[in-house]
Amino acid sequence: MADAPLLELAGITKQFPGVLANDRIDLDLIQGEVHALLGENGAGKSTLMNILYGLYHPDEGEIRIDGRPVRMGSPKDAIDRGIGMVHQHFMLIPVMTVAENIVLATEPRTGPLLDIDAARARVLELSQRYGLAVDPDAKIEAITVAQQQRVEILKALYRGARILILDEPTGVLTPQEATELFEIVRSLTDQGESVIFISHKLNEVLEIANRISVLRRGRLVDTVPREGATEESLARAMVGREVLLRVEKKPREPGEPLLQVEDLHVFDDRGLEAVRGVSLKVCAGEIVGVAGVDGNGQTELIDAIAGLRKPSTGRVTLVGKDVTRASTDHRLHEGLGHIPEDRQRRGLVLDFSLAENMALHDFDERPYSRFGWLYPRRMLATARRLIQEFDVRGGGAQTAAASLSGGNQQKVILAREVSREPQVLIAAQPTRGLDVGAIEFIHRRLVEQRDAGRGILLVSFELEEILSLSDRILVLYEGQVVGEYAPDVSEEELGIAMTGGRRAAA
Amino acid sequence: MDSGDRPEQAGFQERVTTWFGSRVGGVLTPILASILAFFVAGVVVLATGHNPLGAYKAIFEGTGLTWFWPFLDEQQRISAASDLQQTLLIMTPLILTALAVAFAFRCGMFNIGGQGQFWIGLIVALYIGTHLAGAPRPVHVFVALGCATLAGAVWGGIAGILKAAVGAHEVISTIMLNWVAIYGGKWLFELGGPLQGDEPSIPRSSDILDSAHIWPIWGALQPLHAGLFIALFAIIVYHFLLNRTTLGYEVRAVGFNPEAARYGGISVARNYFLALAISGAFAGLAGAIDLLGWKFRVATNDFDAGVVGFTGIAVALLGRNKAIGILFASLLFGALSVGTSARQLDPRVFPPELAGNLATMIQALIVLFVGTELLIVYIWGLRRRVGFAGPARVQPELKQ
Repeated sequence: MADAPLLELAGITKQFPGVLANDRIDLDLIQGEVHALLGENGAGKSTLMNILYGLYHPDEGEIRIDGRPVRMGSPKDAIDRGIGMVHQHFMLIPVMTVAENIVLATEPRTGPLLDIDAARARVLELSQRYGLAVDPDAKIEAITVAQQQRVEILKALYRGARILILDEPTGVLTPQEATELFEIVRSLTDQGESVIFISHKLNEVLEIANRISVLRRGRLVDTVPREGATEESLARAMVGREVLLRVEKKPREPGEPLLQVEDLHVFDDRGLEAVRGVSLKVCAGEIVGVAGVDGNGQTELIDAIAGLRKPSTGRVTLVGKDVTRASTDHRLHEGLGHIPEDRQRRGLVLDFSLAENMALHDFDERPYSRFGWLYPRRMLATARRLIQEFDVRGGGAQTAAASLSGGNQQKVILAREVSREPQVLIAAQPTRGLDVGAIEFIHRRLVEQRDAGRGILLVSFELEEILSLSDRILVLYEGQVVGEYAPDVSEEELGIAMTGGRRAAA
Repeated sequence: MDSGDRPEQAGFQERVTTWFGSRVGGVLTPILASILAFFVAGVVVLATGHNPLGAYKAIFEGTGLTWFWPFLDEQQRISAASDLQQTLLIMTPLILTALAVAFAFRCGMFNIGGQGQFWIGLIVALYIGTHLAGAPRPVHVFVALGCATLAGAVWGGIAGILKAAVGAHEVISTIMLNWVAIYGGKWLFELGGPLQGDEPSIPRSSDILDSAHIWPIWGALQPLHAGLFIALFAIIVYHFLLNRTTLGYEVRAVGFNPEAARYGGISVARNYFLALAISGAFAGLAGAIDLLGWKFRVATNDFDAGVVGFTGIAVALLGRNKAIGILFASLLFGALSVGTSARQLDPRVFPPELAGNLATMIQALIVLFVGTELLIVYIWGLRRRVGFAGPARVQPELKQ
């Protein structure tokens, strides 16, 4: 009986208007295993898990636990049957303590009062048993994201979860924190818990899962054991075709300088000097990568170049013109393109349609308007063309940007910026949070732009991305450029420079 | 907008926003809120020992909307016509003050200064209406309307400049500007005030000149005037300004996401100023139309009693800041206040002294229910869920 599945999903089908989100999916979970659910954004992973968790009701199909069919009417049913879910976005109350959050809704009581000591004891016991170190008395707002995630896991365990669903758990974690999370997952499964691990990151899945199920466009492509699976084979199953995990790039001679930054100093929002004398140059036909750990002045540097933040001193020259004091609008029309770091907060007006978003820089010019009068049809026509050209899925020209997946939102931004044919393109974290297929697409487009003679400033925290795309690499540390490298530099060397090692040695 | 291409991720929050973003949800909530408000108020009527259906019938007849009913005898039609004129008269400034709230709202701001902007418009219209003797009527009327609109824009624009320049919150500054307008107005018309009228012992203005009266179009005693058409035209202007001009695009972009607007090359500060100025223009026009259309003069105690600017907030809320929504919401609010005015009601049906309170109560309940739309969604969701499960369980029992 050891191998009889703890949980079975049989023939689950869920239809949303216009989309078959889940198409006859079969999935099982054996006690003590980590079963990874792999798929691109929009493949149907979250829908399936929301069905299991009682948030949606399947149109067809059956859920069985311990061989018995069950009906999940609401998350409460799911929790009662031992299913716990840790969402991508945590559902914790910031002003309450760890222990209070964990026992919420099922508090131990003495009479009408919360028995806080019993709650703490129970939390401590759980956290020791599974190696989830957290301080039960700390306020949620005072602990790190990784610790908040542990609180979410503890909350599920506290409610008696035997099956834990982790939805893209590493998306919010640093690499070290991710490693720690994997330790926790192993300790959970060692003690008999079973885990469904949702991800679109191939290396993670290969590291942690016992079995891997790949979803594509609402269908289960395959379920395979980890042994024998490779990044290439999984990527192929996910995307449905061969995927180049490395970008192909022909060597190219850089042309004349298009963007020059000289001795730039910029203050951050707290009034501290975040960029301290940066000089750099981006030439036609080259990708200059800026590597660095988050918070070393990248945001302020980009803002100053794009005209969104005034530098205290220094000079920015765009295609031969001094634009240091120019407005954002002016720079955009002098040949600057900007894929911003935060696509939802800055890159898109989420309530606007795709057509309106694609006209965000040029709505006040022909052909989109004349004498202040808009021509929405012309916006729609352009948008339809770009949607086709950039393979934006999940909506049409009139769909609100908010309803697209992250990868498709990024394609909308890319389409807008690239179609304006800028001389210089700033690409800040262009693939953060995207899946393999979308990353490949965006990388290919960036290289195309470079080959067309444009200058690209690529800012990324992903070393792999910097290394595979850049023609030259600059390392930013504490607001200064501490080194310039050719793309054949080793990750180790870059890593040392990024943490200030090189400067200390020099 | 098609909600058809929805991707997979959909938490509760997102489902709620989807539902409200969709046309159905957008229309359904205000209607449900109104029905619920009438229902609750009906319970109150019942508690006073009267029949709510009778009271509502009387109120409806009092609004004059029965005028559209083809089977009225001559006498009923005359009385319905006079009621309907009142309803439309009250509705006219409500449309404009609601637009004043809605336009700022679409730029992400809450303009509570509609009342003050209304008074400034009214005062300027009064000044011009009592001066310029000998001007031909069209010139006199339109100069007064134009200057009042501009004055309203200036009044709203002050709050806009304060927000754009130093980040002063518009809720605070517009409320304070309301008081400046109210006390300023009282000072102007009090005994010995600079604009006090000919009657030395009465704290009020003179009447405006006949040449400044907006043309009456329907009725005799207190006729409906052509200001209604101006207000209806303003609704159209609002719609096209917002949706078909680059200014409207900027205003909406700033309203939805100022950070993205700035990134896109739009000046956020400029739009804050413009949006509040345009808001003020709508409210200022409302004041002018009210004065030139049927009030013709103003007294100091009017400044204590005026609420049309505040009612505009409720109308905009109920109309969801949409042109068509504001049209219907202002009709509802206008009709409600005329239908319940004391002269309309038979004391046997409903005590007249409570009738005005009933209107206020229904209006307040509507605001409350529109404001708590989440609750309504929840109730709606429950109803549907019960609806799904209901027949399967209940019907077999019924058959036995």
